[in-house]
Amino acid sequence: MHAILTSKWTKVAVFLICLTPFGDLIWRIIKSNLGANPVEFLQHATGDWTLRFLILTLCITPLRKLFKLPDLIRFRRMLGLFAFFYVCLHFLTYLGPDQSFDLSAMWKDVAKRPFITVGFLGFVLLIPLAITSTAGWIRRLGGKRWQMLHRAIYISAVAGVIHYYWLVKSDVRKPLFYGALVGILLLWRVGDWLVKRGKQAPVRAGTQSVSANPT
Amino acid sequence: MLIGKAPDLTYADVTPKSVYLNRRKFLRDVGIVGAAALAGKGLFDLALTPQVAFAGTKFSDLVKSPFSTTEKQNTFEDVTHYNNFYEFGTNKGDPAKNAGKFNTSNWKVSVEGEVKTPRKFTMDEILKIAPLEERIYRHRCVEAWSIVVPWIGFSFSNLAKLVEPTPKAQFVAFESYFDPGQMPEAKYAGIDFPYVEGLRLDEAMNPLALLCVGMYGETLANQDGAPVRMILPWKYGFKSTKSLVKIKFQQKMPPTTWNRLASNEYGFYANVNPNVDHPRWSQAKERRLGEIFKRQTLIFNGYGDQVAAMYNGMDLKKNY
Repeated sequence: MHAILTSKWTKVAVFLICLTPFGDLIWRIIKSNLGANPVEFLQHATGDWTLRFLILTLCITPLRKLFKLPDLIRFRRMLGLFAFFYVCLHFLTYLGPDQSFDLSAMWKDVAKRPFITVGFLGFVLLIPLAITSTAGWIRRLGGKRWQMLHRAIYISAVAGVIHYYWLVKSDVRKPLFYGALVGILLLWRVGDWLVKRGKQAPVRAGTQSVSANPT
Repeated sequence: MLIGKAPDLTYADVTPKSVYLNRRKFLRDVGIVGAAALAGKGLFDLALTPQVAFAGTKFSDLVKSPFSTTEKQNTFEDVTHYNNFYEFGTNKGDPAKNAGKFNTSNWKVSVEGEVKTPRKFTMDEILKIAPLEERIYRHRCVEAWSIVVPWIGFSFSNLAKLVEPTPKAQFVAFESYFDPGQMPEAKYAGIDFPYVEGLRLDEAMNPLALLCVGMYGETLANQDGAPVRMILPWKYGFKSTKSLVKIKFQQKMPPTTWNRLASNEYGFYANVNPNVDHPRWSQAKERRLGEIFKRQTLIFNGYGDQVAAMYNGMDLKKNY
């Protein structure tokens, strides 16, 4: 398992798999196979894939710990950056076809409509995370501060789910499904933190324990 | 408004060229399986869906309507594969997938309530109420997309006059067919069924209000509300009840499905109005299917000349 996870080729394969939704969209554009409302198709597809990649990114830490697979960390940045890639496409489908690239109209819309506001918040919060995703930035910020900053993904994921929930008219099954996944992944972190704190308490008098793993 | 208006090519365009049934023959054949075969649907279709004789039958001798727009029509493919018909699922493509076997044979529409002569109409009887017109209308969904569709039918007032509403009749309530057996997807829709809608009597009697039995030269596709539905082009699409089984004239304002779910979002009137936003999204613009950028939405969907007077003195921001 260790050999597979650390292989260069696995990383290449995962990268290509992450690109297939994008490839599918390009193929559909070329073939004019986007249904009666192509813009909406692209908006929904890119929105869906953003949420899926955010959830996949949030899966890494629990999976590493539950299955004792520390090497999974090698994929976290890539998955997070793919979430950012798809959210950028998602944002462009809004700024372009919906707002005709009119920034002042876009700001008004962002300010006025809660569902846009919360979606926009989720998007904006991911920008600094994408920028500081490099090893250089981790060094510059220091592990602790970098980790603090990157917890913003929790807010982004919740914002994404609310954005989706507020969009649909009455059938809330899909947003609730995403919401449940995000909820489980965040609750696991709370549980993990509580367990850690419980373990730390008795030894507090002695050595200071430091968690080296960003969660 | 436009000087170089496109010629009114619409009638020739939508009149079916393949197989014509004259109206008399059509009326005789409706309800029997043969009509589907004559209409060119083929024996294969027929063998698979022996009960659906009505869908896909061509109309001829349609009367042109002065209410028709000359705007570019959406394709039949778009209008039959992008539907909000929550009884058959909430994704736009669901109704096309799930309504195929919807049984609309032996259809009856009960017209009742504050009328002198309540009665049940069969589809044969409905088709004989008035000459069938083709009306090419803009159709604006509350979700900010729109289409242009050549509907077929006649003004609802023709039916109303037949049953003679009493002076007590102030409103008209509409009800869609509902059968959980034929509509298993409905349980996930998040709205209550049967779907109910309503109009003020004067709105229902407005000549624009269409009792619709067809589209694109033929009977309504199942996913578009077969076999008979309302079309109210100055209102958001959800006001236009599909697959009608009950029409009730009454004194009280009837409850309406989306209003019951979220009264702050969907009003009783639901007139298309770019100046009154849905609480969660803007109604100022709309996307015409087939276009990338949005276009301005028109007040009353561009039908103000015909309908605005009905709302004189009303605060349209309150009565959304």
